[in-house]
Amino acid sequence: MALWPKAIIIGLLAGPVVTGLVGTLVPAFGYLPALGSTEVSIAPFRAAFNAPGMLTSIGLSLGTGLAATALSLLIVILFTAGWLGAQIFSRISRFLAPLLAIPHAATAFALAFLIAPSGFLMRLFSPWATGFERPPDVLILNDPYGIAMTAGLVLKEVPFLFLMMLAALPQSRVLELTKVVTNLGYGRIKGFLCVVVPQIYPQIRLPIFAVLAYSTSVVDVAMILGPTTPPPLAPRILGWLFDPEPAIRFQASAAAILQIGVTGAAILVWVAGETVCKTLAEPMYRSGNRGPKDGLQRWLAVSFMTGSMIAVVGGFAVLGVWSFSDGWWFPELFPSAFGLDHWQSALKDNNGTILTTAVIAMVSAVPSLLLVVWLLEAHTRENAKPGPLLRGILFIPLLVPQVCFLFGLHVALVYLGLDGTWFAVALAHAVFVLPYVFLALTDPWDHLDPRFGRIAASLGASTQRIFWRIRLPLLLQPLLVALAIGLAVSVAQYLPTIVIGAGRVTTITTESLALASGGNRPALAVYALLQLVLPLFSFAVALMLPALVFRNRSAMRPASSF
Amino acid sequence: MHSAAASSGLKLASVSLSLGTRQLLTIDETIPQGCVLTLMGESGSGKSSLLDFIAGFLAPAFTAEGKIVLNGRDITDTPPQNRRTGLMFQSPLLFPHMTVLGNLLFALPAKGLTASQRRAEAEAALTEVGLEGLGERDPATLSGGQQTRAALMRLILAQPEALLLDEPFSSLDRARRQETRELVFSIARQRNLPVLLVTHDPEDAEAAGGSVITL
Repeated sequence: MALWPKAIIIGLLAGPVVTGLVGTLVPAFGYLPALGSTEVSIAPFRAAFNAPGMLTSIGLSLGTGLAATALSLLIVILFTAGWLGAQIFSRISRFLAPLLAIPHAATAFALAFLIAPSGFLMRLFSPWATGFERPPDVLILNDPYGIAMTAGLVLKEVPFLFLMMLAALPQSRVLELTKVVTNLGYGRIKGFLCVVVPQIYPQIRLPIFAVLAYSTSVVDVAMILGPTTPPPLAPRILGWLFDPEPAIRFQASAAAILQIGVTGAAILVWVAGETVCKTLAEPMYRSGNRGPKDGLQRWLAVSFMTGSMIAVVGGFAVLGVWSFSDGWWFPELFPSAFGLDHWQSALKDNNGTILTTAVIAMVSAVPSLLLVVWLLEAHTRENAKPGPLLRGILFIPLLVPQVCFLFGLHVALVYLGLDGTWFAVALAHAVFVLPYVFLALTDPWDHLDPRFGRIAASLGASTQRIFWRIRLPLLLQPLLVALAIGLAVSVAQYLPTIVIGAGRVTTITTESLALASGGNRPALAVYALLQLVLPLFSFAVALMLPALVFRNRSAMRPASSF
Repeated sequence: MHSAAASSGLKLASVSLSLGTRQLLTIDETIPQGCVLTLMGESGSGKSSLLDFIAGFLAPAFTAEGKIVLNGRDITDTPPQNRRTGLMFQSPLLFPHMTVLGNLLFALPAKGLTASQRRAEAEAALTEVGLEGLGERDPATLSGGQQTRAALMRLILAQPEALLLDEPFSSLDRARRQETRELVFSIARQRNLPVLLVTHDPEDAEAAGGSVITL
């Protein structure tokens, strides 16, 4: 019975990825009859390699991706090590879900409006401290080393890795083991590194690889915060994909294959780093050094964690002020005038974009949720759990860089006559939405006490009745949260929308990126904020609806485990 | 017995534990070095929470009053890693990613020994409890009794000044239980450690030989 949903899910995920990879690989060797080329050659690869600054682009992709992943993981591990069980730990974990719902591009805009030469931080200190009467001519954003881009990625990956960490903790007797090491005289951080990290690392390894794959091939954050002369590899490929010159498109396909190599190389470097850490850790376990003085590390960890959250929230506050501004000159701290023009134009004159975004999000997230529920319920009835193979397949769309298969998928959709339709875009979104919906729902589903179902069965309830009357109501909140995550993931998609939509399907996110290069900051702020609306609204529903439905049922209130 | 008897041992001075407004227990006792005090009581009587309080792990829901003095040192507000109150849990909790010997070396303080001296000391500890030659084994391959003995020596190598035993024999079968119990008490006596034992098994209390408090 679990065969059907499994087959559909695998088809839905593997189908587009495999088709897309083939569709990218074939033109990479110069073969694409639609563009009038039937000659197989390695010329596209040569052209890609010979593009000016190609090595710099590759180096930037590798460097920013590895640095962002390592930094995010370090912050998450040190914070968990230093503060697990403390009040600030549970406070910050409650902040996570809404942070996770914020699209990457919106986070990048929030950071940009904060740290740009004309951004809020510079205004805060100008001209009284800096002496600047006009924005200084320095590259804080788009700096050639990708520092701003790395910071933007860290802001978004820290909540994700932290959530993965929280999910892994209860499975490893962490609280008991922490007591044992502390009782043996170890400092918090040293004890956590020696005893807890080796237990949980295998469980968060696949999500780390997903972060690494994402960060080495990211397009939207790189376009907003990344270097431009030259940009990292992935945004360059996107530029080439829509070049009117066919030769450049072949070159784009070759570069997309190269991107797989770059991401693969980053993962290899990471695996080598794991081996080094493991080798270095072994004598550390046996030395008997207690690491008693870790106050500094603990405070650094909590400062980074809260600092990154304040940066995001503060950045959005600045975006909020910008969206209502009607003239805001440097170095003024506040706009000289306020107006509703930009909100009006987005909500009234241009409301098709919002509608398209919402429809695509629903059409990709709702069927994804139904499929995942079908799969989990089928497994429950068969007393089975999703095996490692299925989990691996669910991670494929998150591990293969988007840019590598979306172009090929686009080519295939052209043959089917589906390119540039919102339905095709929704289908492409589902490839990324479905894995997240699965990740969000599978843990709560597995943790539901199986005895509820058995009791109902012994009372004579049919399997159908148990599903509708017992399991679904008990899981109402996780179901709504999974749906909210699915909607948020869809809203955040930039590359699939622009490539599969062939520039003809406009969502809030593509619109905000289109505005990024222009000078209309209030309009940009409106679209950056609109990216938050649907995800945050659906999270609010997910938190409030169950509270309303079960207002007289105290055992149904969500409990926080840490 | 000793001239320093007034300040040595584990002293619980007017300690009382409450959960919310409900008072769980009060105790005012001194356990001299090498002696055992057994606490018996129903689950929920707060006996495990008392061990948590002494070791520094009391959950925030509880409130505690009184002082804990270990060998003349007031440790009531000392961070748990600096208390030297060795806590033995209901399950051995050997670290699953280290070897048995690795577990022991992890506990042995650094104190300027060479790696081979440290190893010899850890191996001697294994021999003392009849686990010679099992150092390189995966802890999961040891029997329950062997795991408990390894956990005991891990604790002893960290050089605690008192032992807190939270029903450490409850997971063992009858035959192992008696043997392990005797081993734990004799090692504590040799090292002159005050022992606080929490249990609901009357046989444990009898074997311990010291005074018994029933909550």
